[in-house]
Amino acid sequence: MEALAKIVAKATEAAVDPADAKNQAAAASAGYAYGLAAIGPGIGIGYLVGKAVEAMARQPEAAGMVRTTMFLGIAFTEALALIGFVVFILLKFA
Amino acid sequence: MNAPANPLTTRFDGPAPEAQVTRHMLKRGSVAIPVLVAVAGFIWGADGALGCLYGMALVFVNFALAAGLISLTARISLALMMGAVLFGYLLRLGIIFLAVILVRDASWVSLPALGFTIIATHLGLLFWELRHVSATLAFPGLKPEPNPQSKTMSDKRMRKRKRTGRES
Repeated sequence: MEALAKIVAKATEAAVDPADAKNQAAAASAGYAYGLAAIGPGIGIGYLVGKAVEAMARQPEAAGMVRTTMFLGIAFTEALALIGFVVFILLKFA
Repeated sequence: MNAPANPLTTRFDGPAPEAQVTRHMLKRGSVAIPVLVAVAGFIWGADGALGCLYGMALVFVNFALAAGLISLTARISLALMMGAVLFGYLLRLGIIFLAVILVRDASWVSLPALGFTIIATHLGLLFWELRHVSATLAFPGLKPEPNPQSKTMSDKRMRKRKRTGRES
């Protein structure tokens, strides 16, 4: 019984090595940062393009104007994802 | 009130305003390359300058791909355009991710400089371009450029507006 307790204690020590735990936490945080940062813009771009397509179908003569606004909107929304991505690469690799 | 057209069959064969805006943006961005590279080189050294160049190339490819996908698919159908934009978003994020993963251990690139450049160039070019976008029924893309040779009143007014930066 005592031997078993020793083995369990050693395994627990190995599992909670502070350096490993820190690396694991950093990797998980970086993954969450990128994942969460990509979800919001994804929803935003979907909504934006859906509304733009609706507007173009309803008023085809204004399609050029809507497309310009849509393109700029997409690019601005995507900037949020890029910020999340840069935070990810700085947390993970820098 | 007009009934909405079917997005599956509606298509636009005319000029693509997003391609025009992107070409203009890339032209202006290429003017800003030396300035940004010099700033990055001053802060992070030669690695920073190379990282900055790489980041700018990534942003340019990202804009060109976005505009190209929209222009190409709008000629086929609106529904396809919507799909292309959504999957294009994933594709472009994937391309940027792969491009950064490929150089993450390279000795010639500074990751902070690369990250800073991606954000600064993307947002900087967009805000810069907002000054030149018209988005009206007559000019759906960029604002019309005044003709320097013309003596007509409208061109004179346009030149004055451009000089003072005031919209009437």
